[in-house]
Amino acid sequence: MVIKLARIGKLVRISGSVVEALGIEDITIGEIVEVGEEGLIGEVIRIFEDRFTAQVYEDTTGLKPGEIVKGTGKRLEAELGPGLLNNILDGIGRPLELIKNLRGPYITRGVKVNTLPRNIKWYFTPTVKEGDEVAPGDVVGTVKETESVTHRILIPHGIRGEVAWVKEGKYTVDQPILLVKNGTNEYEVTMKQYWPIRVPRPFETDGRLPLEKPLITGQRVIDTFFPIPKGGTAAIPGGFGTGKTVMLHQLAKWSDAKVVVYIGCGERGNEMCEVVTEFPKLKDPYTGRPLMERTVLIANTSNMPVAARESSIYFGVTIGEYFRDQGYDVALMADSTSRWAEAMREVSGRLEEMPAEMGYPAYLPDRIAEFYERAGRVKVPGKPSREGSLTIIGAVSPPGGDFNEPVTIHTLRFTGVFWALDADLAYSRHFPAINWLKSYSIHAGAVAEPWAQSFSQYSKKILGWWERKHMGFLEYRKTALDLLGEAAEVESIARVIGEASLPDEQRIILLASEILKEGFLRQSAFDEVDSYCEIGKQFCLLKLMIDFYLTASELIDRGVPFERVRSMPQIFKMMRVKEDPRGIEAIRELSLEIRGEFQKIAREYGIEGVVVGS
Amino acid sequence: MGVKGLAYRGVKEIKGSLLIVEGVEGVGYNEVARIIGQDGVERLARVLEVGKGYAILQVFGGEIGLQTDVVVRFEGSAFTIPVSDEVLGRMFNGRFEPIDHGPPIISTDRRDINGAPINPKARIYPNDFIQTGISAIDGMLSLVRGQKLPIFSESGLPHNRVIAQIARQATVRGEEEEFALVFAAMGLKKDEALYFIDEFEHSGALERSVVILNLADDPAVERLFTPRIALTVAEYLAFELEMHVLAILSDMTNYAEALREMSAAREEVPSRKGYPGYLYSDLATIYERAGIIEGKKGSLTQMPILTMPGGDLHHPIPDLTGYITEGQIILDRELDIKGVYPPINVLPSLSRLMRSGIGKGKTRDDHKDVSDQLYYSYKRGVRARELARIVGEMGLSPEERKYLEFAEAFERRFVNQGEYENRTIEKTLDIAWDILSILPESELVRIHEEYVKKYHPKYREKASKPA
Ligand SMILES: Nc1ncnc2c1ncn2[C@@H]1O[C@H](COP(=O)(O)OP(=O)(O)OP(=O)(O)O)[C@@H](O)[C@H]1O
Ligand SMILES: [Mg+2]
Repeated sequence: MVIKLARIGKLVRISGSVVEALGIEDITIGEIVEVGEEGLIGEVIRIFEDRFTAQVYEDTTGLKPGEIVKGTGKRLEAELGPGLLNNILDGIGRPLELIKNLRGPYITRGVKVNTLPRNIKWYFTPTVKEGDEVAPGDVVGTVKETESVTHRILIPHGIRGEVAWVKEGKYTVDQPILLVKNGTNEYEVTMKQYWPIRVPRPFETDGRLPLEKPLITGQRVIDTFFPIPKGGTAAIPGGFGTGKTVMLHQLAKWSDAKVVVYIGCGERGNEMCEVVTEFPKLKDPYTGRPLMERTVLIANTSNMPVAARESSIYFGVTIGEYFRDQGYDVALMADSTSRWAEAMREVSGRLEEMPAEMGYPAYLPDRIAEFYERAGRVKVPGKPSREGSLTIIGAVSPPGGDFNEPVTIHTLRFTGVFWALDADLAYSRHFPAINWLKSYSIHAGAVAEPWAQSFSQYSKKILGWWERKHMGFLEYRKTALDLLGEAAEVESIARVIGEASLPDEQRIILLASEILKEGFLRQSAFDEVDSYCEIGKQFCLLKLMIDFYLTASELIDRGVPFERVRSMPQIFKMMRVKEDPRGIEAIRELSLEIRGEFQKIAREYGIEGVVVGS
Repeated sequence: MGVKGLAYRGVKEIKGSLLIVEGVEGVGYNEVARIIGQDGVERLARVLEVGKGYAILQVFGGEIGLQTDVVVRFEGSAFTIPVSDEVLGRMFNGRFEPIDHGPPIISTDRRDINGAPINPKARIYPNDFIQTGISAIDGMLSLVRGQKLPIFSESGLPHNRVIAQIARQATVRGEEEEFALVFAAMGLKKDEALYFIDEFEHSGALERSVVILNLADDPAVERLFTPRIALTVAEYLAFELEMHVLAILSDMTNYAEALREMSAAREEVPSRKGYPGYLYSDLATIYERAGIIEGKKGSLTQMPILTMPGGDLHHPIPDLTGYITEGQIILDRELDIKGVYPPINVLPSLSRLMRSGIGKGKTRDDHKDVSDQLYYSYKRGVRARELARIVGEMGLSPEERKYLEFAEAFERRFVNQGEYENRTIEKTLDIAWDILSILPESELVRIHEEYVKKYHPKYREKASKPA
């Protein structure tokens, strides 16, 4: 490591989170500086002649011109290694628990603590031996960090050579576990490494792999209708109170990812508190272990310094990439990327940069693109050969709930899945309030940009995956989507002439879509049974309702009055069966009951040859 | 108040409420200063920016009458106020000077009015149900201790009466302790402020309340301090004296307008409707000062009031507020015209912390289902009403007519109640069941069967009839 001599400058101007200083000639953009007597953390964002400007990640109250500024020669880096999981960090990677222990219930400035605990000794089990050749990204051993996740220790970038010695046993992240020799150079490797957060961690050239497998979320409207692939990107925009946070919490809880990174970016303190309180008590449906064991939380609440809001996103995504590089499927949720964009706007304003749309800097689209670009399923560098994926899901909070604004528009350009939240659905407490007509998962050919092409590829693959699991899935899904589309048209007619005046074949469309909305699409996050719905059950429910719709339509076609169908007592049950703790069994039972009832109706009206479902 | 620190004479420029002082040294960002004009009036000011040899200050207390020939004394710290238990029962202006003829608060315990963010790791998730005695709130928008739940209103609607009723009736059941009230008025008319003070007096709440008044004719820039002073006091009461505090901030729209004025004076790039891009962060430093802290017995519940300019929910002030607070209670002009009090439109309203505060052992086991069903049915009723406007009531299906009837009953019997009527949560839920029984039982899709059997009037009557 190159150690630079202390370089000291002086503050000349302070305006909010942005300060100006002079006196360090070789200062570089992106360098971390320590500002003022308390050594507040800042990052150099502009250099102009002999002066430079830094954004400060802590409250700047009381800073005075003339106070010192120290260059550190470092960039804003994430400390990576065992101890990330089951932890809650602030926007620059400091554990909130430690800050609390040092300072009490309020966050005050100037706290300097490491991301990774220094007092814990981890049991390191090597997977390489003396004499092995190692290169960046190689797995050299493992640490069972939590019951759910085995942390793979990787050779940091920039180090290669021969293993001179390696030690098994209990060590802290500061202690060397391995020595790499390369000619006359020696590198001591510990279990921790550093990575500059604004730089994507590399993967093999041509290492991007096609997106093929869905991230299973247990949320019906997502898995069945608008799935997201492992390694894909999704945007979930919506006005306040439409259900972004609850959905992201649901995804963090129930996704079949190995590791979850959840970033609370400029949102509520109580929401982070909720995660911290709830997750340790909830069990991962795939491993049966407490959810916190696979989770990393990053919190910059809305009242914390705004510069650290900007960095929180990069911290999170760097941690996500690091676990991806271990060969894991990682899911990252960011709530809300709008606050991140606003933080950029605020800093840009203080720099008096020329604003583009709505005061946002002209580089906003680039930043958004770079962020979502860090998602993907990739072949990661190093031995043994492995793949990993990073899925990124970003909430967007458009002003006034109107999607026609810069952050939503640019996010939709760079994400493959769009879950459109709808205030009207939220007002009638239909949750998740994902509008089934406006949302899409990778609409084939909808947008003529290159990403759309690759997305239409993965769309096909995911649906293929479903079809292999459940024969007929594609057909059922399509019928359901068509039904919902037709229902919207019928509804608009009904709004003018009243439902009672509609012909029977249209009324059955309304009824069937009502059943689908209430019994399938609506899924309460807070229902013990229904909060998570495994995909086998999703398929059974879908089949139940679509079979009902098809048979009922046929009967009506052949002369059965709509009111007769409407009076079937099973309709009510279809809307509720999702919450039956007996799961699929209850659905099977109900479908038999419906079959019986349909046969009865057919007999009543002397209709023969009606086939009910399969 | 002891004036310490550096003093300078003369400023270079006065621009609105901004002063530019040159030749200064050793002045810190965000520090407070006192400006003593030729008129002998002392004004407060705050440092918005410092550079080598200059400082930009924002003057509180009105710039009218200021000349460049003034004395500027820097205090050496951000704005702090003295706190002690003597604040209870007192009234202050927007600079925390007593206006009730009582003595000033003397204490060595001085606190920065800007506060500091609560460490999320030190928060306790709020879950104690507060019964306000108002059905629309208790039944469908339940408030919990430590929540921040604003009222979105319009001018002319009875938000003051609603909030006064809440202040009067709010209790946590099973606990005798009453809420301490901290009331911050920002740009209110004198009679509005007097209404509250009267209310507090009549209900005997005055000695456990603290009032901070910045009235319509008081300097607008002081409004930027008023809520922060109030919340500093509230935090002290909640987390030092361990009281349960209800902070009422009215009207946040006036606050935001003062912020816009200041931003315009600084020639900052505006975001929507001229409000600065940092309005969200700024409001958050106010609204996030609510909650419960680990290891402390007290709590701080916040109910800000704001009037939506033009009745527009998407105006930046209600919009950004809704993005920060834990829900919103929306008052509606149409309901008010119909004579419904409180005119709460529950559909766009929301309490995000409701679910943690209700249910078995807290309110009643059927509470959540009943509230979900009421939302769903009322929404359908409102839709039927809209349809009836087009096709006439006769054009509705029998089902739609039932929903229409339900919506009327919901507004007249459930939402509507007396200003001095204090309903228990059981009473609220019973009324809910009464009106839900207008609908066929097969429509109650959001209520678990066990609760239908337990609480539906049909079954209850049967159960109570002797065999
Ligand atoms: N899936 C769901 N199941 C049940 N209730 C839900 C669901 N999603 C949202 N809600 C309800 O809606 C409320 C608001 O949801 P949420 O907090 O997620 O909104 P948001 O979009 O994140 O709003 P904001 O932008 O203000 O943060 C929740 O408190 C909850 O009551
Ligand atoms: Mg949210």
